[in-house]
Amino acid sequence: MGNSGLAGMLTATLRRDLLLAYRHRTQLANPLVFFTIVVTLFPLALNPEPQLLGTIAPGVVWVAALLAAMLSLEEMFRSDFDDGTLEQVALSPYPLSLVVLAKVAAHWLVSGLPLLLLAPLLGVLLRLDTVALGTLVATLLLGTPVLSLIGAIGVALTVGLRRGGVLLSLLVLPLYIPVLIFAAGAVSNAQAGLEVTGQLALLGSILALSVALAPLAAAAALRISLS
Amino acid sequence: MWTWIHRLASPKTFYGYSARAARWLWVVALLLALPGLYMALFWSPPDYQQGESVRIMYIHVPAAWLSMFAYVMMAGAATTGMVWRIKVSTAVANACAPVGAWFTVLALATGSLWGKPMWGAWWVWDARLTSELILLFLYLGYIALANAIEDRDTAARATAILALVGLVNIPIIHYSVEWWNTLHQGPTVTKLDKPSIHLSMLSPLLLMALSFTAYFGAVVLRRARCEVLERERRSGWVRELVEGQDG
Repeated sequence: MGNSGLAGMLTATLRRDLLLAYRHRTQLANPLVFFTIVVTLFPLALNPEPQLLGTIAPGVVWVAALLAAMLSLEEMFRSDFDDGTLEQVALSPYPLSLVVLAKVAAHWLVSGLPLLLLAPLLGVLLRLDTVALGTLVATLLLGTPVLSLIGAIGVALTVGLRRGGVLLSLLVLPLYIPVLIFAAGAVSNAQAGLEVTGQLALLGSILALSVALAPLAAAAALRISLS
Repeated sequence: MWTWIHRLASPKTFYGYSARAARWLWVVALLLALPGLYMALFWSPPDYQQGESVRIMYIHVPAAWLSMFAYVMMAGAATTGMVWRIKVSTAVANACAPVGAWFTVLALATGSLWGKPMWGAWWVWDARLTSELILLFLYLGYIALANAIEDRDTAARATAILALVGLVNIPIIHYSVEWWNTLHQGPTVTKLDKPSIHLSMLSPLLLMALSFTAYFGAVVLRRARCEVLERERRSGWVRELVEGQDG
């Protein structure tokens, strides 16, 4: 870590996590492939009638996004916890919550942002129109960081446990419900030609609230898992 | 005052006074439930629209009420336990979780029993029903986390954080669900319309609600006492207690 100080520490954390993710490129692709497969399953299970697809598309894309986010969550702290890096970070004089925020940012850049790029393509497959596609991207832009932030609390609570995976989804998924409702509602509204600014504003406020509070909770939870 | 609180929170004194408190709460719960049930089942009139099935409400509403009250109490007790390291608070929080979860189940079950004759369906995706179901998920998550962590103190602090996060989220979830429902269902939702509930229905409802609350308090204290005993099993006063019973 070249430059000292808090900003240096945070950028170093961010750069390190991104570099680590880049070195494991194949693992990066897994949640994306999963996302695509889940979305593909729905037309196969229901039926490929365009009107039906248009109705279910917002919900399907968002549920798939939630599940894909769940899959990649554990990697946020797991390896650092296992090799003791996290303990060293917690011992450092820098506030753990800000380090958590940097790690969440890295996680989002690696797992949330690709979903954002992939989603319009899947939206086209599901016959969403252009306006709805734009709204879908906007909701994902506001919503996926919330998924990473709230997920961080869940991972921090379960990272010390041997089989935290299922437990993690049990803890985190109920907390994702508001995001799901507002985001899928916004896309449906856009499709019906209605106003969506209300939902987007609510998603934005949820994002602001989680940016402010989730790192604190996650840091407290990490300290417990480390003790 | 601090010494008083300190003494109140020590496991040994808690074990002593909670026995008396629990006993009294049992008595209160029973004394209120007997007239409450009688009034709910026989004395209060059937509803002009819902007929006799309105009587389910006398169980359903107190259960739903307590399911929420229990969560708030659980979060409060867990936070107190975490911040001031009060073991008794933690025990109370852990005791609240399963009881609250069962009240949630009871509210959901009685609600669907009521929904079948009234709405013609066991389940309607109504905002209240859905939030109650999500509340059940939150309880189950809390219980699962508490069971997954071996060490008691770690488990207590971890679940306290989870309960707090849940507490912050409950209003958001509640309003988002309410909003989602109005968006999709509009005015088709039939709700208990009671612009002003008549005294003949209100009084059994209140009696039942108070009785449920006393019952809740009694069960929570009982469970908390068990946990305190288990947690303190190596301490002197528990040994004395056990040896006293043996001899």
